Amino acid sequence: MKLRYFAWVRERIGKPEEEIDPPAGVATIADLVTWLSRRGDEYAHAFENPRVIRAAIDRAHVRSDAAISGAREIAFFPPMTGG
Amino acid sequence: MAATVRLQREPFDAASEAEKLRRGRSDIGAVVTFTGICRGDEGGAPLLAMTLEHYPDMAEAEIARHVAAAERRWPLHGVAVIHRYGRLQPGEDIVLVVTAAAHRQDAFAAAEFLMDYLKTRAPFWKQIELAGGGRTDKIWVEAKRSDDALADRWTPSSGRRAAE
Repeated sequence: MKLRYFAWVRERIGKPEEEIDPPAGVATIADLVTWLSRRGDEYAHAFENPRVIRAAIDRAHVRSDAAISGAREIAFFPPMTGG
Repeated sequence: MAATVRLQREPFDAASEAEKLRRGRSDIGAVVTFTGICRGDEGGAPLLAMTLEHYPDMAEAEIARHVAAAERRWPLHGVAVIHRYGRLQPGEDIVLVVTAAAHRQDAFAAAEFLMDYLKTRAPFWKQIELAGGGRTDKIWVEAKRSDDALADRWTPSSGRRAAE
C-alpha cells in the first residue's frame, strides 16, 4: 500500500510518500503508527505524539482504530490549518 | 444545485464567482460571499508570507463532501468554494465561500458551516515566514482549539459529525 506524508510529518520522515508491505499483525491505523515508529529515528520523531497525528484512508478521514486492510493509500498529517 | 469546488494557485474573483451563481435565476433572494484573507501578522509578529501545502486528491473530495452536507441541511440554490494553495503574501485572498439561497438565514448559516469545516477538516497546512532577524525558516501554524469548537457547533446532538 502507498503511504503519503504531509507537512511536518513529511519533513521529519524525509520523504513525501513510499510503498510499504506491513505484516499481518498490523491491522489498524494505530498499529501502523506503532510499526512505522520502529522503522527508524525519523519515523519515531514524526510519530512521537500519536495523539496529534491524523490519518486518511483512500482520501477520507479515519480514526486510529480504523482497519487498514484493503486500503490503497494511507496518509498521515498534523491537524489541518486550511481555510 | 449548482456547486463549484476548485483548488488553484491563482487569485480568484469573488464578485465574478458570485455573479455566476446568480445568473439567469429569479429564485435567489440572498447571496453570501465570504473571503478569507492572509493577514500581515501571526500572533502579533509581522508576516512575510504564508505557504499552503495541500493533499490535492483529498482536498477536492473533502470540500465536495461538505458542500453536499450543506446542501442536505439548507435549501441552497448554489455554492462555490475556491481554495488557493502555494505561497501567498499578506493581503492576498486565501479562500472563497459563496452561498446562494432564497432567504438570508440559509445563505449565512451554510457559509459559516462551510468555513468552520474548511478550517478543521480540509487537508491544507499553513507555514509562515516571519519578518525580521534574517531568518528564512518557515514555521508550521498550529491548529486552533477554537476552530475545532466552532466546527463542533454544527454536530447534531446524536454526536455524529454533520458532514457524514
